[in-house]
Amino acid sequence: MIINHPLLGPRDAAEFVYLGDASLIERPDGMAANSDQKMYEYVYERDDPAGWHRELWYHEQGDRSWLVVTRNTLTHEIKSVELARDVARKKGRGAK
Amino acid sequence: MTRLETGLINRDNPLNFQWNGKTYQGYEGDTLASALLANGERLVARSFKYHRPRGVFSAGSEEPSALVQLRKGAHQEPNTRATAAELFEGLEATSQNHRGSVKWDLMSVTDLFAPFLGAGFYYKTFMWPKSFWEKIYEPVIRSSAGLGRLSMEEDPDTYDKGFLHCDLLIIGAGPSGLAAALAAGKAGADVILMDEDFRMGGRLLGEAHEIDGMAAVDWVEAALSTLSKMKNVRLYTRTTVFGAYDHGIYGALERKTDHLPTSDGKPRQVLWRIYSKRALLCGGATERAIAFPNNDRPGVMLAGAVRAYANRYGVACGKAISILTNNDSGWQAAEDIAASGGNIVAVIDTRDKAPRANVPGAMIVTGAHVINTSGRQGLHRIELSNGQTINTDCLGVAGGWSPNVHLTCHQRGRPVWNEKIAGFVPGGEMPVGMSVAGAANGSMTLAAAMKAGDAEAKKIVKALGMKTPATKLPAAKDEKFAITPFWHAPGKGARAWIDLQNDVTAKDIKMSQKEGFHAVEHLKRYTTLGMATDQGKTSNVLGLAVMAEATGKSIPETGTTIFRPPYSPVPIGAFGGRERGMEFHPTRLTPSNAWAEEQGAVFVEVGNWMRAQWFPRAGETTWRESVDREALAVRASVGICDVSTLGKIEIKGKDAATFLNRIYSNAFAKLKLGATRYGLMLREDGICYDDGTTAHLNENHFVMTTTTANAVLVYRQMEFARQCLWPDLDVHMMSTTDAWAQFAVAGPNSRALLQKLIDTDLSNDAFPFMAAREVNVAGVPGRLFRISFSGELAFEVAVPTRYGDALVRALMEAGKEFDVTPYGTEALGVLRIEKGHVTGNELTGQTTALNIGLGMMTSDKKDYIGSVMRKREMMMADDQIHLVGVLPVDPQEQPMAGSHFVTEGTAPTTENDEGWVTSSCYSPTFDSYVSLGFLKRGRDRHGEMIRAWDGLRGRDVLCKVISNHMYDPEGGRQRG
Repeated sequence: MIINHPLLGPRDAAEFVYLGDASLIERPDGMAANSDQKMYEYVYERDDPAGWHRELWYHEQGDRSWLVVTRNTLTHEIKSVELARDVARKKGRGAK
Repeated sequence: MTRLETGLINRDNPLNFQWNGKTYQGYEGDTLASALLANGERLVARSFKYHRPRGVFSAGSEEPSALVQLRKGAHQEPNTRATAAELFEGLEATSQNHRGSVKWDLMSVTDLFAPFLGAGFYYKTFMWPKSFWEKIYEPVIRSSAGLGRLSMEEDPDTYDKGFLHCDLLIIGAGPSGLAAALAAGKAGADVILMDEDFRMGGRLLGEAHEIDGMAAVDWVEAALSTLSKMKNVRLYTRTTVFGAYDHGIYGALERKTDHLPTSDGKPRQVLWRIYSKRALLCGGATERAIAFPNNDRPGVMLAGAVRAYANRYGVACGKAISILTNNDSGWQAAEDIAASGGNIVAVIDTRDKAPRANVPGAMIVTGAHVINTSGRQGLHRIELSNGQTINTDCLGVAGGWSPNVHLTCHQRGRPVWNEKIAGFVPGGEMPVGMSVAGAANGSMTLAAAMKAGDAEAKKIVKALGMKTPATKLPAAKDEKFAITPFWHAPGKGARAWIDLQNDVTAKDIKMSQKEGFHAVEHLKRYTTLGMATDQGKTSNVLGLAVMAEATGKSIPETGTTIFRPPYSPVPIGAFGGRERGMEFHPTRLTPSNAWAEEQGAVFVEVGNWMRAQWFPRAGETTWRESVDREALAVRASVGICDVSTLGKIEIKGKDAATFLNRIYSNAFAKLKLGATRYGLMLREDGICYDDGTTAHLNENHFVMTTTTANAVLVYRQMEFARQCLWPDLDVHMMSTTDAWAQFAVAGPNSRALLQKLIDTDLSNDAFPFMAAREVNVAGVPGRLFRISFSGELAFEVAVPTRYGDALVRALMEAGKEFDVTPYGTEALGVLRIEKGHVTGNELTGQTTALNIGLGMMTSDKKDYIGSVMRKREMMMADDQIHLVGVLPVDPQEQPMAGSHFVTEGTAPTTENDEGWVTSSCYSPTFDSYVSLGFLKRGRDRHGEMIRAWDGLRGRDVLCKVISNHMYDPEGGRQRG
């Protein structure tokens, strides 16, 4: 596969490490009420779609960016590649 | 000799080769198969299951029968297709899969048992009695299974990998591929043209045609000459594109030296990874057979192959050649063979009406088929359905053509049935960027194929934004192509073979259908139809047709099995490339490596690292002597150990402390400047992940160490936390594992030794336990940490890697007065076990902070990775395992790592299992073996007796449970 890195252009997938579902960005606050239930869902509950999937890739043999890649798990077509940091900020994780 | 006058062989260059120890002659341009046929060798192999005599069947990479062993010794290569093996001077080839000679194979008695060896034979027969499997069935099957034999020696050849980029990859250099390359090349596109053959031209080499008023072979030469002058076109012969992967990536195998007597130090094969914007498959079509009783004798071949041997190799495959056909190509084959000087005795067409053809002297039979053959080791005679018998030693069978759609299906595309050509053509979803032209796409005739190649190439260059070139289509004719499918001779009786490679008959397919294997994928697994090196290129469609007939369905309803890479076999060596042996992964050397080698150190591989394991001294005869001496020297005076392999991460930024506080499970927010602290990381699921120390060196500047094994993973996780979880914290990181040489200087004299090289005051008041500073080390800016893995007064000193070698020599020189002792990883392990510290043996990915005795250290007052899940009920329960030390009652008996804890008087069963030994060593300090382990409720059981039971090694060692902090539990020595 070729991943079109938003900063570096098209790079071979062999340069990347795969992590999994991009929902891992949305880590619940560990100090909030009901955090045990939320953390359980965060750690163990994942969708496994046959089709479009937003997933985390790490450019380990490159610039060390974490990316959110929207990939079709059936065809390997890649629709978009974003910096995970930008996605995290959009999700409201920017606060310190 | 059965050489004709024709052919593309170089008669000026005769080549000698050996077949089963006998010397033969062929010519440059021959394959092993054509040379064997030219020498009258028809029986060249024994079949896989029944050991039936088999001969050459095809003239290309689709060959199911003529599998041979090439070369000798370590270069020996089994299961090679003689039809694709280029002849060279001195080639040594042997037949395979027989005991005794290939002519008198002792294993051919298997054929007598054929009634019992039908479809699913293995699944049915070897089920019972169960105890027979390991001792009788499996050994017998193993020794009689398989075809060729490996040399069992290391492969002496080298293999390379390479990367190619292009606008257009054209796969196949037959008529459509050449027409496409000419058009795309002229347009200025960056073109790669690849062909698996050693000569480009495809079917134009094996068939007689006229293009642009000249012989097709001459047109091919002219086209190749034009292409080779184009700087934007690259030509690869002997290169098989074997797989279509994602996003326009293709895999190809180039055979660089397989056609030469020796590889002469050059890479034998190159595995290419091709990045293409577009690809055009011009892979042609493969002929298939017709099933009739005893159709597997040497001499029964594909008609197109008999034609190719006559045209290209100048070989008559028989003295009296007959043709059986259900389509017009069989007639064209007969004409070509006759025109080359071959003797065609009969043409049998299964259709009632034969096309007009010029085959002088041949008997013409229509509306008939072959119902049996005879000839023990090669064809002698055929019997026809009309009662006629014909004496013939070669029967060319023309059962129709299957477009080579394989690569179009590698991304799950399914081909569609084309009634007109009675074959599957590409359909459905193609791999991204791929198009198809020529016979591979169902354009079975010459002019149509060339037109399609030209047109597709123009479409592609236009889509790539280039100007479409003006090309003049070469003048060629469309030959007749009409087919009325005839799959197999009806009726019962002798076996009619479908798949020659796997010995699958029409009866096997019907039986598997009867037994309920209706889906084609099941049919394939149950009968093995279409498996092994040829992947059923000549047999799949025939098998499907028989299956369709048995089920009463049509062929499109029956469907095909899926095609997967590789198109033809690729040696494992090519996938491995240069990454073999010690080159399988990089070898990392510590900064003191050269010095350690000078000391005669024994090394151990730790991940990619080579680390000194111990430093033997003259007179020491066992490793234990060296290790005991090294450990005692540290406790008594001072020792030095290279610990540069630990992961090191620089962390800077205004929020660095906040960030660390979220990474580590213990408090880090208030770590004082100039101090270092032990830190424990958890995974988000609450299990221990890694440990190490992190020092607060400067304002907003921390230096972390990780374990050697987890250096990469911890850094990855921290980048994840930094970018994905807390993206706006002001934190910057860099892995500096390779940038610093770091040495542990441990023992009561470590301070005195270091003070000789460092001008900073190292007294206990000025530089207390867990202090960390930037210091000047013998004139070099370095770092000093007062941390102790051994439990002694100890430091770790770091300098930039390039000074590492100088530093270890300086430390040894300065330490002479203290009899300083270098120590390796073994002594390091002994010291830490005595002290009760954990390593990877204890941080197994299954253990918690509570398990390793650090439950109290983890914080409840903050959110950090693992903070919530670590409190799961089960993980906090009272019956959890705890880290303990164990001391054997007999000091010379070792409670080995891996032993299970069971209490005295109970049976060593899973129910009674109370934990296990994790680390174990001989302790010279205690004069006894000592071990660490996890024991149920262990921290409440100090003083109890427990057995360390090891069923594998037959040991049962009675031990006393003690604290894991066996050495200096109060910690006075490390604080001193």
